Amino acid sequence: MNPETEPVVEVADLSRKFGDRTVIDNLSFKIHRGETMVIMGGSGCGKSTLLRHIIGVMKPTAGSVKIFGDEITTMNDREIADVRRRFGMLFQSGALLASLTVGENVALPLLQHTDMSEDEVQETVTQKLQTVGLSGFENLKPAEISGGMRKRVGLARALALDPELLFSDEPTSGLDPIMTAVVDKLTLELTQGSGMTAVVVTHDMTSAFRIATRMIMLGRGTIIAQGTPDEIRTSPNPEVQQFINGEPDGPMPLNLSQDDHEHHPHVKARPLVSAQHRFRHKIP
Amino acid sequence: MKNYLRLNASLLYWVLVAPFKGHLFKISPIFRQMVFIGVRATPMVALTAFSVGVTLAMQAAHSLQQLGAEIYVPDLVMVTLLREMGPVLIAVIVIGRSGSAVAAELGTMKVSEEIEALEVMAINPISYLIVPRFLAMLVMLPALTILGNFIGVLGGWAVCHFALDFNTAGYVLRALESANTWDLYSGMIKSAVFAWIIITIACNAGLHVEGGAEGVGQATTASVVQALLAMLVTNAILTAVFFFGA
Repeated sequence: MNPETEPVVEVADLSRKFGDRTVIDNLSFKIHRGETMVIMGGSGCGKSTLLRHIIGVMKPTAGSVKIFGDEITTMNDREIADVRRRFGMLFQSGALLASLTVGENVALPLLQHTDMSEDEVQETVTQKLQTVGLSGFENLKPAEISGGMRKRVGLARALALDPELLFSDEPTSGLDPIMTAVVDKLTLELTQGSGMTAVVVTHDMTSAFRIATRMIMLGRGTIIAQGTPDEIRTSPNPEVQQFINGEPDGPMPLNLSQDDHEHHPHVKARPLVSAQHRFRHKIP
Repeated sequence: MKNYLRLNASLLYWVLVAPFKGHLFKISPIFRQMVFIGVRATPMVALTAFSVGVTLAMQAAHSLQQLGAEIYVPDLVMVTLLREMGPVLIAVIVIGRSGSAVAAELGTMKVSEEIEALEVMAINPISYLIVPRFLAMLVMLPALTILGNFIGVLGGWAVCHFALDFNTAGYVLRALESANTWDLYSGMIKSAVFAWIIITIACNAGLHVEGGAEGVGQATTASVVQALLAMLVTNAILTAVFFFGA
C-alpha cells in the first residue's frame, strides 16, 4: 500500500472487558497522515483506556490496533519499543521524571535513542522548551514548577524526537486560556507544517474545535458520533449536542464518571461516611 | 513470587546479555547510585561497626577474664566480625536505609505514571532504573562491609588498648593471626549475596506498587520485612554451608 494513503493508526473491532464490564465495545476507526483526530467524551467513557490500547500499554480482549501498518497487540516488548520510538506521547499529568531537571527530562529520549553530541542535545532541548514557552526553566525540578508547566514540559519531551505521530492525553487541561491557545497553535503548526499526525484526547471543546480535522465522540465504550468538526457541531444527536454545549440536563447519564475508578480491581469503592454520621461524633 | 523471578531473569538479561547486543549500560547513573546507596551510608555504618566492635570486645573480655584468657579477645572480635557480625549488621543498615528508599522511590515513580512514561518512550525501566541500582548495591554492600569490619576491629582495639593494657602491635598481630583469608572471603560472599537479595526485593516491591501513597508505604514496609527475613535465613544457610559442613 502507498504509505501516503495508508492509515497511521487503524483500530479494528477493538474490545476490552474488565471482568464482566465492557469498557471498550467493538471500536473501529482509522487515522490518516496529517490528520488531527480529537477523541472526546465524558469522564470515564473509555478515552484514556482507548489511548492506552493504541500505544500498547494495555492488551485488548479482542480486536486489532495497527500503528504505521504494524499490528501492535501481538508484538513483543522489543518490537513495541521500535514502534514507540517513532511516536511521542503527552501524559495527562505530564509524567515527568521527578529526579531529573526539566532540561534532563526533555533530553532523556534524545540521549537514549540518538547519537547526538552533548551540544546538539542541549541545543534541541533549549529549542523544544522555547516552542512551549518555557525558555530558561531547564534547571528546575518538576516539583518546582506548576502543573500546567509540567504538562508543557511533557509536550516538549514528547516532541523531542520530532515524532511522526503525537498522542496527547488532555493536553490543555490545567492550562490558562492563553497557554491553551499556544499549545493548540503548536499542534496545528506541527500537523499542517511538518505533516505530523496528532491524536488528542480532550474534553476541552474550544480547543477541540480549534485543532481537529476529524472528531470521534465516545460514550459507554462505543462511538456515538464521528466526523469533521462541522459535522459534529451540526450533529442532530442529542448526546453530542449536550456534550459540546456543556448542558447539565440531557440524554447523557450522570453516573458515567464512576467507571473511572472501577478499572482498578484492587481499589474497592468504599461508601463515604455520611455527613450526618460524621457530625454525630462531633456534636455532644 | 512470579514477578520476583521475572525481575531477576530480566535483570540478568540486561546485565549479562544485553551489553553484548550493543545495549551498553551507562556508567554515570551507576556512580550516582553508588554514592546514594554506599557513600552516604558510611557514617551510619562506621558508628554501628565501632559500637559493635567495642561491645564484642567488652563481652569477650568479661568472659575470657574468668579463664585468664584475655589474650584471645582480638581473635574473638576479628572472627566474629569477619564471618557474621560485619556482613549481617551492615546488611541490616543498608536494608533500613537504602533498600527502603529504593522501594519508596520506585513505588512513587510507579504511581505517578513515570515508569509507564519510560516504557512509552521506548526506554526499558529495568535497564534504565534497576540495573544501575543493582550494580551499585552489588559493589557497595561488600565495600561497606570491608569498611565496617575494619572499624569494628578498631573498636575492639580501643577496648583492648585502653582497658586491657594490650599494646597496639600485640592486638594487630593477634587479630591477624587468628583470622585466615577464608574468614574474610566468606563474609564477602555473604555480603554479595545479601546485596542481591536486598536490591531485588526492594526493586520488586517498588515496581509492583498498586494504589497510590498508601500502596507505596505498604510496599516499603514489605520490602524491609521481606529483605530482613530473607537475609537472615540466607545467612544461616550460608554459615551452615561454609563452616558447619563436612
